[in-house]
Amino acid sequence: MSRLGTLGARLYRGEVSYDFIGHRKLWYGVSAVLLVVSILSLLVLRLTLGIEFRGGAEFRVKSPTVSDDAVRETVANVVGGEIVVQRVGSDTVRAQTETLTSEELEEVQTALAEEFDVASEDVSTQFIGPSWGQDISSKALRALVFFLLGVVIFLSLYFEWKMALAAMIALLHDLVITAGLYSLIGFEVTPATVIGFLTILGYSLYDTVVVFDKVRENTHGLAGGSRMTYSGAVNLAVNQTLVRSINTSVIALLPIGAILFAGVVLLGAGPLKDLSLALFIGVAVGAYSSVFIAPALLAGFKEREPAMQALAKRVANRKTGSTTATTRRQTGPSEEAPATETGSPVAAGAVPAGAVARRPRPADRKPSSRSQPRKGGGRNKSGKKRR
Amino acid sequence: MASPVPSRPGRTLAALAVLTALVYGLIWVAAPDSIGDDELSAADKYRPRLGLDLEGGTSVILTPRRASGEGSVPQDSLNQAVSIIRNRVDSFGVAESETTTAGDNIVISIPGKQDKSILDTVQQTAELRFRQVLLSGAGVTAPAPSASPSPTASGSATATPSGSPSATPSPSTTTDSRAVPGALRANSSPSPSASPSGSPTPSPTASATPPPVTPGTLGAGALTPELQQQFVALDCSDPEAVRQTLRAPGADRPKRPLVTCDEDGAEKFVLGPAEVLGTDVSSASAGLESNSQGIPTGGWEVQLDFTGDGKRKFADITRRLAAETGDLNRFGIVLDGLVVSAPTTNEPITGGNARITGNFSQDEAESLANVLKYGALPLTFDAGEVQEVSATLGGDQLRAGLAAGAIGLFLVVLYSLLYYRALGLVTVASLAVAGIVTYGMVVLLGWQLGFRLSLAGIAGLIVAIGITADSFVVYFERIRDEVRDGRPLRVAVESGWARARRTILAADFVSFLAAVVLYLLSVGGVRGFAFTLGLTTLIDIAVVFLFTKPLVSLLARTKFYGGGHRLSGLASDRLGTTRSTLATRPSRRRGAPTPKEA
Repeated sequence: MSRLGTLGARLYRGEVSYDFIGHRKLWYGVSAVLLVVSILSLLVLRLTLGIEFRGGAEFRVKSPTVSDDAVRETVANVVGGEIVVQRVGSDTVRAQTETLTSEELEEVQTALAEEFDVASEDVSTQFIGPSWGQDISSKALRALVFFLLGVVIFLSLYFEWKMALAAMIALLHDLVITAGLYSLIGFEVTPATVIGFLTILGYSLYDTVVVFDKVRENTHGLAGGSRMTYSGAVNLAVNQTLVRSINTSVIALLPIGAILFAGVVLLGAGPLKDLSLALFIGVAVGAYSSVFIAPALLAGFKEREPAMQALAKRVANRKTGSTTATTRRQTGPSEEAPATETGSPVAAGAVPAGAVARRPRPADRKPSSRSQPRKGGGRNKSGKKRR
Repeated sequence: MASPVPSRPGRTLAALAVLTALVYGLIWVAAPDSIGDDELSAADKYRPRLGLDLEGGTSVILTPRRASGEGSVPQDSLNQAVSIIRNRVDSFGVAESETTTAGDNIVISIPGKQDKSILDTVQQTAELRFRQVLLSGAGVTAPAPSASPSPTASGSATATPSGSPSATPSPSTTTDSRAVPGALRANSSPSPSASPSGSPTPSPTASATPPPVTPGTLGAGALTPELQQQFVALDCSDPEAVRQTLRAPGADRPKRPLVTCDEDGAEKFVLGPAEVLGTDVSSASAGLESNSQGIPTGGWEVQLDFTGDGKRKFADITRRLAAETGDLNRFGIVLDGLVVSAPTTNEPITGGNARITGNFSQDEAESLANVLKYGALPLTFDAGEVQEVSATLGGDQLRAGLAAGAIGLFLVVLYSLLYYRALGLVTVASLAVAGIVTYGMVVLLGWQLGFRLSLAGIAGLIVAIGITADSFVVYFERIRDEVRDGRPLRVAVESGWARARRTILAADFVSFLAAVVLYLLSVGGVRGFAFTLGLTTLIDIAVVFLFTKPLVSLLARTKFYGGGHRLSGLASDRLGTTRSTLATRPSRRRGAPTPKEA
């Protein structure tokens, strides 16, 4: 933990940094593999639709003497058709049948109650009309479209449309992979799963918003200078928010993991399990894409702009021009934040365009920032302020 | 640069305490003293209201469709359907049952166990029928009508054929529309037609034709001694009970006579076979009443249009009824078994549109018009989802949900303490405050808006632990970033806040947007989840602004945190700054503080 703590400081100052943008091809590759697996799984294994989407009836009996076979037999005595029996928790069995009339429903309930010697109230029943599933899925789809529209508008206003686009692509990426992995694990799709999917929307974007907020801060007034490329600024932002991303994801995953545990171990089958699995995958994938995919996409979009290309050229010239210039600017990466705050271009080649800690520049950067007296950061800052 | 306002943390914290106390005080006010026959203790008032999946009970989601098949269901028909279904559910006498719309679905919740007949009952198509009145009388035969309003007081209403311009020049004719509750009671004119209570006036033709009446017999001929006996025996003190018995299969057939009450039990009727159906009505609306000269009288009336087929049928019935006198002159408008209105007819209405007038208030006219309009569009109800959860299973789910919440909370607390050390205590305290506020809001909204906590809702709360904790992470990381930039803690706390605030608001906005969209466009469990998610997002913002931030401001003044103690989570060596820088008191001068060696 404490390792992570100091790592945070070093990441922030740019002493340690991982070149997310430079390695984007690698991470695009990883995502491509995940996407292919997901799509294949969706095509081959399909999503197993729960009774809520197929229509049908479900019974739950809770009794110490309950057994799968006895339940199956009892239900089969009353109604025909396919009967799926599943154990839920330690002393409950669930049976699902095809659509029944309300008389049949009552008959099965009474039969089960008699067989296992429980009050008929203690046999839970659920009946789902055949068109119900379609109703809720089309509603969920509508919710999705409206939500995406709202988010695109919000992000375009709050950031810019290229950020909104990158965030959207990352979001779709998350959804496809989540659905794919869900089908791979083979849980049934129930309304709870749909809830989970829809929640991922919020979560995945939430992470991306935090990273992009930092990107925007770092790139403020960037195009006017020549110190850092857009990609470099994005990379710095990802590194600076990395600890937060990790912490946030861990903190989000902990309670979801707890629900998953309770759903699988304590309840066996039910909404908790489906909801938490969808969420667990979704949050994890969302965190991944907010670090590896969304910023890289954004950098890719922005680097196409003439202004940004010109900037990249200037930065490149600078680098080949004189190393001394770079080192002189090396007043310490700790300056970055105040720099952006005052609206001036992001400081120094803390993370030179697309560079990594272990590549050319860092060699002279690291010592330089170490050799700086710590409080120097403060002094520099005040110097900056007066400017 | 954002101007860090050191503000007055103490005052903000006090404001939060007051707000929280207010929520808990409001619960006491909002909670009813009893539900049904059960007194509510103070503890009950402060317990969240649980959904049926946790408490046990029956929940039914119905999707209304037009009986004719295609087409969407207009909103006013939907509202009418809900009130019809609410009547039906209420007739089972279950305390606390709720019938509401969710999107274009109808959601019925009935706590406790009920038999499946509820489903059959609520699923029935509500039919509007026009039947001739064969006999009428006071609703309660008992000599002391005491509680029920005097049934004999009734006003006079006029039905005027407005569609046929060439009709009689003086079209107003007296009708009696006593079944519209309340409207006419103030009018003290004695009942012109009601027969003495209990003693039916045998119609001459009835005695002449004692054998069972063949279905479809119209007019007084349909009034058999059996019907008269039923009529005498009928007690209208509880009209809903009558509605309930009429719902039994075969009890209310359109081609058969019907013995029933009006909606408030003031009057009872023997009615002939249905001659005009709700589907024959093309539209109905409430409007201002005007007299024959076209001058508004100040009252309200209901205008009624019939379809082509309905026009002919209505002409037939009014032509026949206009020739009759007394009870036989009236026709009953029957909805779902009970008489909604029973005006008299003075002349044939052949034009296809009629007006029902009386001393209607606007509300009364509109509600009658709605009934008629609904009749024009009978709905069938598809059972979307019917769930009957036993109390034991519900309890299991609740326990598992709470266990998950406890484990999740514990892990989050553990992680934040390990990572943020003593700063993690702020997280713990903030989560505790968020928990207290959330609990209060859930209970309050339970009483205020009828919100019930379902399993999906609990899942939403647990997921929200993550979202809430994340706001603290964003803030803490910002503070640490500022400290890494060499700012003293007391400055970092403020400047970090100014920037964290924006991020927190933007991220929470997205989360809230998701919750709102989900809530508006969904039904059932998704709705409960979205509700708690949206609620906790708002509470998160409140807690971060009103609790976490002021608390951190206060703590930054302490030696332990402000001095960057090794365990404070702000230790200087781990943040790459010096203790002296960290502990610098903000100077009065604007701008950066000058570091001093301690």
